[in-house]
Amino acid sequence: MDAAALTFLALGLPFVAAAFAPALTRVLGHNAAWILALAPFAIFVHFAGFVAEIAKGEIITGGYAWIPSFNVSFSWLIDGLSLTFVLLISGIGALIVLYSGGYLKGHPQQGRFFSFILMFMGSMQGLVVSDSFLMLFVFWELTSITSFLLIGFDHGREAARRAALQALVVTGGGGLMLLAGLLILWNISGITQFSLLPAFGGELKESPFYLAVLLLVLGGAFTKSAQFPFHFWLPNAMEAPTPVSAYLHSATMVKAGVYLLMRLNPVLGGTPEWQILLPLFGVTTLVAGAALAVRQTDLKLMLAYTTMSSLGLLVMLTGLGMPHALEAAALYLVAHALFKGALFMVAGSIDHETGLRDLTRLGGLRSAMPLTFAIALLAALSMGGLLPSFGFLAKEEIYAALSGFDRRSMVFAALTMLGNALMFAVAFAIALKPFIGPKVHTPKHAHEAPLLLWLGPALLAVTGLAMALMSGLAHRLITSPMATAVAGQPRSVSVSLMPHIGVPLVLSGLTVLAGIAFYLNLARLRAAMTVILADIGWGPDRGFDQFLRGLVRFAVAVTRRLQGGRLDVYMTATFVLVAVVLLAVPFRYGEFPRAPFFSADVPLHELAIMAIAVAGLFAVVLAADRLTAIVSLGIQGFAVAMIFLLYGAPDLAFTQFMIETLSVVVLALVMTRLRLSPSDHRPLGEKLPDFALALACGLGFGLFLLKVTAAPFDATLTDFFNRYSKAVAHGENVVNVIIVDFRGTDTLGEIAVVMIAGLAILSLVRLRAGSLQRGEPVEIAAEEAKREERA
Amino acid sequence: MEAWFSLLVGIFFAVAVYLLLSKFIIRVLLGVAVLGNAVNLLIFTGGRLTREVPPVITGGADVLAGPAANPLPQALILTAIVISFSFFAFLLVLAWRAYDDLATDNTDEMRVAEPVNEPAPPLGY
Repeated sequence: MDAAALTFLALGLPFVAAAFAPALTRVLGHNAAWILALAPFAIFVHFAGFVAEIAKGEIITGGYAWIPSFNVSFSWLIDGLSLTFVLLISGIGALIVLYSGGYLKGHPQQGRFFSFILMFMGSMQGLVVSDSFLMLFVFWELTSITSFLLIGFDHGREAARRAALQALVVTGGGGLMLLAGLLILWNISGITQFSLLPAFGGELKESPFYLAVLLLVLGGAFTKSAQFPFHFWLPNAMEAPTPVSAYLHSATMVKAGVYLLMRLNPVLGGTPEWQILLPLFGVTTLVAGAALAVRQTDLKLMLAYTTMSSLGLLVMLTGLGMPHALEAAALYLVAHALFKGALFMVAGSIDHETGLRDLTRLGGLRSAMPLTFAIALLAALSMGGLLPSFGFLAKEEIYAALSGFDRRSMVFAALTMLGNALMFAVAFAIALKPFIGPKVHTPKHAHEAPLLLWLGPALLAVTGLAMALMSGLAHRLITSPMATAVAGQPRSVSVSLMPHIGVPLVLSGLTVLAGIAFYLNLARLRAAMTVILADIGWGPDRGFDQFLRGLVRFAVAVTRRLQGGRLDVYMTATFVLVAVVLLAVPFRYGEFPRAPFFSADVPLHELAIMAIAVAGLFAVVLAADRLTAIVSLGIQGFAVAMIFLLYGAPDLAFTQFMIETLSVVVLALVMTRLRLSPSDHRPLGEKLPDFALALACGLGFGLFLLKVTAAPFDATLTDFFNRYSKAVAHGENVVNVIIVDFRGTDTLGEIAVVMIAGLAILSLVRLRAGSLQRGEPVEIAAEEAKREERA
Repeated sequence: MEAWFSLLVGIFFAVAVYLLLSKFIIRVLLGVAVLGNAVNLLIFTGGRLTREVPPVITGGADVLAGPAANPLPQALILTAIVISFSFFAFLLVLAWRAYDDLATDNTDEMRVAEPVNEPAPPLGY
């Protein structure tokens, strides 16, 4: 099998595994994780096979035509950027599946959980390898949907339901903006594949639609990657079980926005708009996230806010447009996925083993959980940017990018140092505080996490360390190709653990010192942040509630106004529109017919029949009792039948006679049971507007008909039927031939309508149960009783 | 001739609309019946009027030549008459049942599906 077919299989494999997960879990229990983890592991191995080729600077594309007429394909693009992502997704994915096996051991819905998380993995993998716009969008929305399912996994709790809905609304709404942006891009370039876009980049930046495309794409990326002020869904998403937080909401899904920005950097990047918007939102998110993280005491919430912070840092670096910035983004993205995933899993292990995840109530776990402690420390080293971790390399490169002496660099450097120092403090608060100090009482008796729980974080933390120690290899295989793909031109990363004396190292040192100071004063910082946030009042999270409530109220108000439940209002609205269309449109375009010519040579009997019809109509309107109304209705109906007869339509006339007779009989039957007066007992004030409206409609239709008959007649169809009705259909009565032959299907539909109406009438008459109001008039009940007696 | 028919069709429509606009189900029903005839006459006149000669091929001819009524609107109206009758019959029974259950013939008071003070949907999650 060739590589393209294997790649296609790899894209589908997680979904296949998801389909089998529930059954497998029913049989094997939590040990199904070992088998299910093989799927992401196989994908990891498959894509790892591309590493050597990509490192040589090649780009692998492949795929199949999907909708060729629309230039839509199911095609993938594997370069340094997507390869790094797909390796992180499948590698961490395998570890997360194992971790979930231990974390949700014995949970009745564990199979469903495996299924959801594998589906997510497939969506995320598809997202990052997509070459076609439409495919990217489909997978993008799939990650939003699977994220919704995973956040709301514990759907019995209202908080989980709210968080799931919030994430779906925010990221799904962003997805729609992204779709709009991609469609505009498609329209102005005629290109539907990312791999073909860079050649078009220059023209695009000149396009008047550039800003629209940029803002829409940023709308998608910023909501997905939790940039301020769309960040609020991310901390709420911590309602999900911890494996989900570790996987979706730190290592992979939230990076989809960053991925998109990196993917489009060669196409959209480099403009003033790009270099203002991205760093601005990024650095705001960085500082806001770090400050909010300090205030929290819940381990998962602290990590969630620092994730937001890191995403801000990545967005900032992507948009900065300075030397080393894109390299720094590539390094930090990999480092962050490794240490944050590990730290989340450590937090989950602590929660799992002690039943607590509040920092202020934990302590002294070092002897009970030494291995977890070691993993946490290793990850925190990377998060704090200390030697000898991969995070250190990332931090060196970040400060190398910001070490200029112009005002822009200095402002961003200062804010980045502030954010990083706060993250440093949070990292060590999580890695140290639960483990050191005196032993405290915990709801569960703490002991070391089982293999399934420590394997994942340990591997991630050790990978970070190994990549730092063998930085030359890591750069050659992973980070340099990734930076090249993001930059759209060859880049090579060379930073190593050997510190070079220079501005970056000084900035790094200052960050660490500030971080230590923050760590020592964490309680005071937390108190200060709490006061500040209390002063600010409500933020976007409350705003979301207000927005949804407002939306519901607005919808209710609009519905009540437009659909008030009164038939006469609906009728009036409909006929006002009819009158306006019939009268205003010809008036606007001067299309009224010429003054009608009432020819005097009409036979007297025809005029008499018309007069009878009109008399019948007025009698219907003015009838004071039931019998008059019924008889008058019959009069106008029979007059119409006579008209048909006089004008060469005997078939119509016979049908009309029969139908009118039947109508009168049925009406008489029902009306005698209803004891209703047909006369209009409303005050004149209500009748007059109706009268005017009716007059306007009548006038409109009359004028319309005059105009139609004044135009020359197109006899094409009539000639066709006249010519072929005998020659083709062997019938002499042309009307009948049309009905049973030329338009036979139509007649079949008509018969079906009659039959359905008959069935509906039958059921209305038969079904007596479920009367809605027991206010039946006595006389009708008595009448019914009489009828039953007779029967 | 068409002018007379346009006048007649206009009157038919005006009466039908006036009846439909009243709030009482019997009058609405009568309006539906009249509206059917109004539309049929509109189509009939729109296909042009020819006196007395039905569109039937006679005398061993293969095609219908010479002046005869237009068969196409007749075929359409034939279908329409039957459908509007079944529609009318269904509405009639529906009105009867509504009156039976709700004890009113005023459409303003028929508010089962859309109650007057319907509570707003819940605002929680």
